[in-house]
Parts: sequence; C-alpha cells; structure tokens
Amino acid sequence: MLKPTEALVTLENVGLQSSGKWLVRGVDLSIRRGEIVTLIGPNGSGKSTTAKLALGIHAPTEGTARRSNPLSIGYVPQKLAVDWTLPLSVKRFMRLTKRLGDGQVYEALEATGIAELADAEVRTLSGGEFQRAMLARAIAVKPDFLVLDEPVQGVDFSGEIALYELIKTIRDDLDCGILMISHDLHVVMAATDQVICLNGHVCCKGTPDVVAESAEYRALFGDRATASLALYRHKHDHTHLPDGRVLHADGAVMDHGRPDDGHHGHQKDGAALSTDGATEPFSPGKGGH
Amino acid sequence: MLDDFFTRAIVAGIGVAIIAAPLGCFVVWRRLAYFGDTLSHAALLGVALAFLLQFNITLAVFLVCAAVAVGLVLLQRRAGLSSDSLLGLLAHSSLALGLVVLAFMTWIRIDLMGFLFGDILAVSRTDIGIIYLGGLAVLIVLALVWHQLFAATVNRELAEAEGMRPALTNLVFMLLMATVIAISMKIVGVLLITALLIIPAASARRFAAGPEQMALVAAVIGVASVVLGLFGSLTWDTPSGPSIVVASLIFFLISISPLAGLFLRADRAAAGEQS
Repeated sequence: MLKPTEALVTLENVGLQSSGKWLVRGVDLSIRRGEIVTLIGPNGSGKSTTAKLALGIHAPTEGTARRSNPLSIGYVPQKLAVDWTLPLSVKRFMRLTKRLGDGQVYEALEATGIAELADAEVRTLSGGEFQRAMLARAIAVKPDFLVLDEPVQGVDFSGEIALYELIKTIRDDLDCGILMISHDLHVVMAATDQVICLNGHVCCKGTPDVVAESAEYRALFGDRATASLALYRHKHDHTHLPDGRVLHADGAVMDHGRPDDGHHGHQKDGAALSTDGATEPFSPGKGGH
Repeated sequence: MLDDFFTRAIVAGIGVAIIAAPLGCFVVWRRLAYFGDTLSHAALLGVALAFLLQFNITLAVFLVCAAVAVGLVLLQRRAGLSSDSLLGLLAHSSLALGLVVLAFMTWIRIDLMGFLFGDILAVSRTDIGIIYLGGLAVLIVLALVWHQLFAATVNRELAEAEGMRPALTNLVFMLLMATVIAISMKIVGVLLITALLIIPAASARRFAAGPEQMALVAAVIGVASVVLGLFGSLTWDTPSGPSIVVASLIFFLISISPLAGLFLRADRAAAGEQS
C-alpha cells in the first residue's frame, strides 16, 4: 500500500518538445492521495500535454516524470470519437481496458447516474451522458490516480455542478489523487487543493478558496454554487507569440520570459467589473519559469 | 473429398473468409482500408521475388507485406508526406515493381491474372493446409491481443494511459494483416483482398450490437459470399476473386436496404418480448 504522504505522480521541471517547438516547459507538480490539482489556462497552453506527461503517454524531453508503482490509473481524455462502424454499448465501453464484473460496472454507472443507459450504444449518448459514461468508466476500477481532461464539457450548468460534486465524492470515497483540466479558464472547483495556471509554462499556482469567498462570484452564481465552484480571472502581463517568443507589456520581444515574470495579474473576480487592478492580487505562488 | 478442385476451392475460401472477418472489422474500425490495399498490392512484389529467388510464395508475400508495413510506420514517423500519399506511393510502386520484375523473368510463364484476381483451379491440398494452419495461428494471436487491440482502436492514448501497450499491439496487428494477405492471395487475388476484409465487416455492422458479435456476423457473411461467389464462378466461368467480391457486395446492399430493416425490427421486437 502507498503511504498517504507519498506522491502518486511527480513532475519535476518537465518539458516536451515537438518538431522544434516547446509545447510546455518547466512544469513542476505533484499529486498525493486525496488531493485535487486543477490545471487552467488558455487553449494551446499545454494543459492536455501536461496531463499526458503525468500519465506517461508522452515521455518528457527534459525533466523527470515519476509515477509510484503500482499505480492504477483512470483517464478521461478530452476527445474520444466513437465511429458509426464501431458497435459499442456503454457496458462494453466500461470494460474497455479492464476486466470488470457486472457489479463493478453498475456501481460506477449508478454513481454517475446513468445506470439505465448500460445497454445504449455509446454513439447515441448526448454530450453530458457521454461525459458521465467516460467518468464512470474511469472510476469503475477504483483508481489511485484519476486524470480528467475537461470532464464537464458539453454538460449544462446544473449538470456541471452535479458532476463537480460527484468528483469531490469520488475523491473522498476512493481517496485517490485527481488531476483535472478545467475547460473554462475561470471556473475551478472549490474542493481543488491547488490550481496551476499554464501558458506554455507555469504562470502561477495557489488555492482557489480566496476566490470562492468573493461577493461578486456569489452574486453571479448564487450561494448554492459557491461551495462547489470558484471563479477567478487573471490578466497576463505578456503575450506569447506564435513562434514561441514572448511579447512583454512594455513592447519588448524576447526569446524567453524574464526571470521576474510572475504573470501575477491574477485578481479576484472583482476584476471583472473593475479592471484597474485595484483589487488584491490572487495568491502569488511560486510561479515563473 | 479434396480430390475435386471445386471442393478444395470452397474449403480454402471458407477458411480465408473466417480469418479475414475479424481482421476486416479492425480495418473498418481503424479506417485502414487503404493500408490493406497497400499491403496487398505489395504482395505481387512478393510473388515476383519468390520466383526470382526460388522461394516459397506464401512466405515471400508475408515477408514483403511485413516489410512494407514496418517501412510505412517508419516513414510516417519521419513525417514529410501525408499518410495517404505515402500509402499510394508504396501501393502502386510495389505493384509496378512486381510487374516489372515478373516481366524480366522471360523464362517463367505465370498466370498473372490468377495472382491479380484469384484462381480456384490453383488451390492445392498444401494451400488448404497453409490456410487452415496459418489461419488458426492468426485467430489464436488475435484472440490474445483482442482486448488490447480493441481498446487501442477506440482510443490509443486512453489504452496507453491505463497500462496497455498500443504500439506493440499495432505491430502485432500489422503482422496479422500481412499473414492474412499472404494466405488469402490465391483465393481472391492481390487486387481484391481488401474487399474480402472490409465488405463482410461493413455488411455486419447493422446486425451487430457489440464488436465481438460484429466479427462473428462478418465471418458468416464472408463464408456465404465465398460459397455463393464460387458457385457463380463455376456456373458462369467468371474469375473466382471478383465473383466472391460481387457476392459480398450483394450481401452489403441487402444489409443497407429496408429489407434488413424489417429483419432488424423483428429482431428487436423478439428481444423486447424476452425482457
């Protein structure tokens, strides 16, 4: 058995280069049992790549990726297309990588609320139902480490809250480590222990609870959602050019970011209304390169 | 019983149809029809080399197909040309190379049409032995990798993340394809092997509720196509390969017609009564 304090997965200064371009670089992260780490960042910022480095799908070009052994993994990929030619029922999909008994299959389907769809063809599911099926499949083996790449995409808002609640319950019940990628730059689960903002590198890290407290957030989504969701936005003090160089706020173009680049334009949600930066900066973690 | 050439052809054809069906399902699911075409075109180069080097034809075809499959994977990794251009390049240049090499060997008179479109008269007892022994080996290996291969077909990264080895399974799959092409070449010919792989599988889709079931239904349709096609070939003196493919096309057309819809509804109603 793993000791509770032992990290399930550790990435140390990992980077991945593809055809001469760094997809992501300088990422440090570690996930322990019972911990939820959320990755946020704009499109193409390396969130999925980081998750794949943690899963071992990609080997890092630099840095080290360590996974405890044995480690049972459940993965919900960002995209999974099931072609018409593929006759695949939800029940068969549940057994895709592991051999499961009927009991385990139905337990997982009931947990995600789609037990009645067990015999339906995967192809006929709605976006929300399919996300639930993918989640059910990933948790059916009771994994030590769960990677959820945009698990609530295509789910309506109330369904989204329910799924976030469910993910929290899964974490509590299985005591697994969860690496989650948020499809929305601004929305992060309150149960998240650590938020990592990526933009080709780690822009910043921190806990999301400061954000969940904000009155503006409550005004936007109501008190009930506050416990489940946190909202925050941030500004970048520089822009990444298509060729990988960095354009700073003062107009300087450099091959790399500056050492003092913290990107900490992070602000509580008040910034949505007052963009002058008067609000207190969001927990400046050990960001940078 | 195997003294009669027609019986030998039927027995050989049924064997080929049973082996081709489950692999054909993977060809359809993975969209590898053109890949299958490339391998089977390369088979003719294998035939030419077998004559040139006085080598066993089936083994030579297997080796050339396997080499082309591995070469393709290596070329795809180095990028440059797109996959479909690479496939086209390999398919037609190996076919052309095979024809040129055969033409140079003026001392050999071979029935080229037999290799291109199949030849029921040419099926010997040895061929039947190769089909059934080779086919048994293919089915055993396929059964062993089935679970992993199917998972990698649905999503390669998912399979890899959850502890499977899709790269290895893919290699095994390519070698199985090379084997099937080598042993079925004589029945349908190199130009039509892909049809025997994909048409029964495509016809089975509407009648299958699961991947394993689809492979079984494809095998049944494949066997029926072989029997129907060979009888047609005998009756109207048509080449065996094209006759089998035409028969399987008829099954495919039936499967997408409203006729099959009626059958499916009856099927579903029966299932509904049971539950």
